[in-house]
Amino acid sequence: MGRTLAEKVWDAHVVRRGSGDEPDLLYIDLHLVHEVTSPQAFDGLRLAGRPVRRPDLTIATEDHNVPTTGIDLPIADPVSRTQVDTLRRNCAEFGVRLHPMGDVDQGIVHVVGPQLGLTQPGMTVVCGDSHTSTHGAFGSIAFGIGTSEVEHVLATQTLPLKPFRTMAVNVEGTLRPGVTSKDIILAVIARIGTGGGQGYILEYRGSAIEALSMEARMTVCNMSIEAGARAGMIAPDATTFEYLRGRPHAPTGADWDAAVEYWSGLRTDPDAEFDAEVTIDADALTPFVTWGTNPGQGLPLGERVPDPAGIADENERFAAEKALSYMDLTPGTPLREVAVDTVFLGSCTNGRIEDLRAAAEVLRGRKVAGGVRMLVVPGSMRVRGQAEAEGLHEVFLEAGAEWRSAGCSMCLGMNPDQLAPGERSASTSNRNFEGRQGKGGRTHLVSPLVAAATAVRGTLSSPEDLPAADLAAAS
Amino acid sequence: MEAFTTHTGVGVPLRRSNVDTDQIIPAVYLKRVTRTGFADGLFAAWRSDEGFVLNDPRFSAGSVLVAGPDFGTGSSREHAVWALGDYGFRVVISSRFADIFRGNAGKQGLLAAQCAQSDVELLWKLLEQEPGTEVTVDLRERTVTAGELVLPFTIDDYTRWRLLEGLDDIALTLREVGTIDTFEGSRPGWLPTTTPVAGS
Repeated sequence: MGRTLAEKVWDAHVVRRGSGDEPDLLYIDLHLVHEVTSPQAFDGLRLAGRPVRRPDLTIATEDHNVPTTGIDLPIADPVSRTQVDTLRRNCAEFGVRLHPMGDVDQGIVHVVGPQLGLTQPGMTVVCGDSHTSTHGAFGSIAFGIGTSEVEHVLATQTLPLKPFRTMAVNVEGTLRPGVTSKDIILAVIARIGTGGGQGYILEYRGSAIEALSMEARMTVCNMSIEAGARAGMIAPDATTFEYLRGRPHAPTGADWDAAVEYWSGLRTDPDAEFDAEVTIDADALTPFVTWGTNPGQGLPLGERVPDPAGIADENERFAAEKALSYMDLTPGTPLREVAVDTVFLGSCTNGRIEDLRAAAEVLRGRKVAGGVRMLVVPGSMRVRGQAEAEGLHEVFLEAGAEWRSAGCSMCLGMNPDQLAPGERSASTSNRNFEGRQGKGGRTHLVSPLVAAATAVRGTLSSPEDLPAADLAAAS
Repeated sequence: MEAFTTHTGVGVPLRRSNVDTDQIIPAVYLKRVTRTGFADGLFAAWRSDEGFVLNDPRFSAGSVLVAGPDFGTGSSREHAVWALGDYGFRVVISSRFADIFRGNAGKQGLLAAQCAQSDVELLWKLLEQEPGTEVTVDLRERTVTAGELVLPFTIDDYTRWRLLEGLDDIALTLREVGTIDTFEGSRPGWLPTTTPVAGS
């Protein structure tokens, strides 16, 4: 019987096959490190007198804590500063390459890896961050780990793991204009639920996935974890190879040819069997938004806030009641009438150049509505530089949005970019958990197009809700 | 890691599903660089509500948390496990755990015991009717005992063995360093390293 893509990549990394209940020992090709989940791991190494086994397969960046304004100044919060300083000391002591605040290659760890060409098809990639699944867009097995596992990888470059099960997520058809890869993944999560992917690697397949750019594929794989999955993958193809060609760490010359030949075989065999399968009709998708406090509580923008009374399952009904109470929403309200005071464009989900271009296209010649604050936070300093070279920052600034430096920012509010209690955001990030963006803050997850249109109208909206822009005034 | 065989302590009913790790410990508490000192961040937002179960003195010394399905979803932060441990929890019972949380718990000696949802409901009922009831969790027998209830739980054999023995994963893996060396020698030469190159 044939093998799935995930099984091929897994098999190629088994250092020692486990017998019986034992896990396999899996080799890790790339370990990404940031300041929040690594200090205790480096401490553990120091206590045990262990070195980092492969500093040359390890790279660090500062992203979760860093401010997105005044980055030439010391970090104001002393606790954040200590954590960032600790990463700097640890990287210096253990010989790990670091891109600190202010560096041209600094940014969110999941934006930095791909843009450097370090993430390549068929690799195993880990990071002490659940959104490591992003890198699966290249056809690698990429997953988040805890700090004990970070220490394990630093010390051994391996992880003991049982093979994950495989699930095919078939997305067939053609996306309508205004519908994006973010809407695909929000629809997938709403379909299978926040626990539906537990124990699985999801492989996204089908014509709608093949038509996506690499950046759009990264958005899909990024949120696999929100369906409970360990990882998400997409088979590498010409789009993948073209994205990689010429990047700093991509192979060159004869190495490139050898790599492409290997990568081209990284596809699920026609006779392979998945443990589970789900199919999504891309033609029927419309912009999706969340109404609740987990990413599975989402609906098409044209729908209304659901009524918990209509939910049969007792636990689900109770969860929906709690969510609506926290979100301060009334059943039956059209989602398009939900007013926000904050719009956040950024994060490892939607902070890449294509996301910024899409949002800027909507904002060109338009203004952010009165009483709405819009933060635009590029995923990396390279993305910021590229956006400025294209003049996108001027579009954002003229519309009345704030143009910031790179970092995780308001996705999780570890830096000063937070919602105040009771504030409501439309956010291109990945989690609408209670208090995620600031204690008492309320989050609606949306695509960059919906974020931009919402900023203009002040209520959840898609670009088709907007009157024509005054492009003459903008030029 | 401290070995785990059996534990008896006050059971705490947490009638919530999808208890994500942002609820277990919000991001603002993740800035410490130590493995301890996270107890104050545990369920920080919920604890500001007087009606929250841990604010009830009959439950505040609890060490066995009984929660709804999909416990520990979201962020990979191991701080969630540290915070539960720092507060005094040794066991979490749920009908479904997020994968990363389950893995983190197993590394830190926190037992993630998976029970059928119907059994979780029985435990909730008992703990709410008789607050302060002690729950005994026996890892050797894979049973949860509370009042008249004796309920089975599941945990994978390998994690169970490591918990019973209190084994350190890294030391186990380093026994196989020769196998790792051999594997490394067979990796294709075109795979990337992070060593800086021109343009990066």
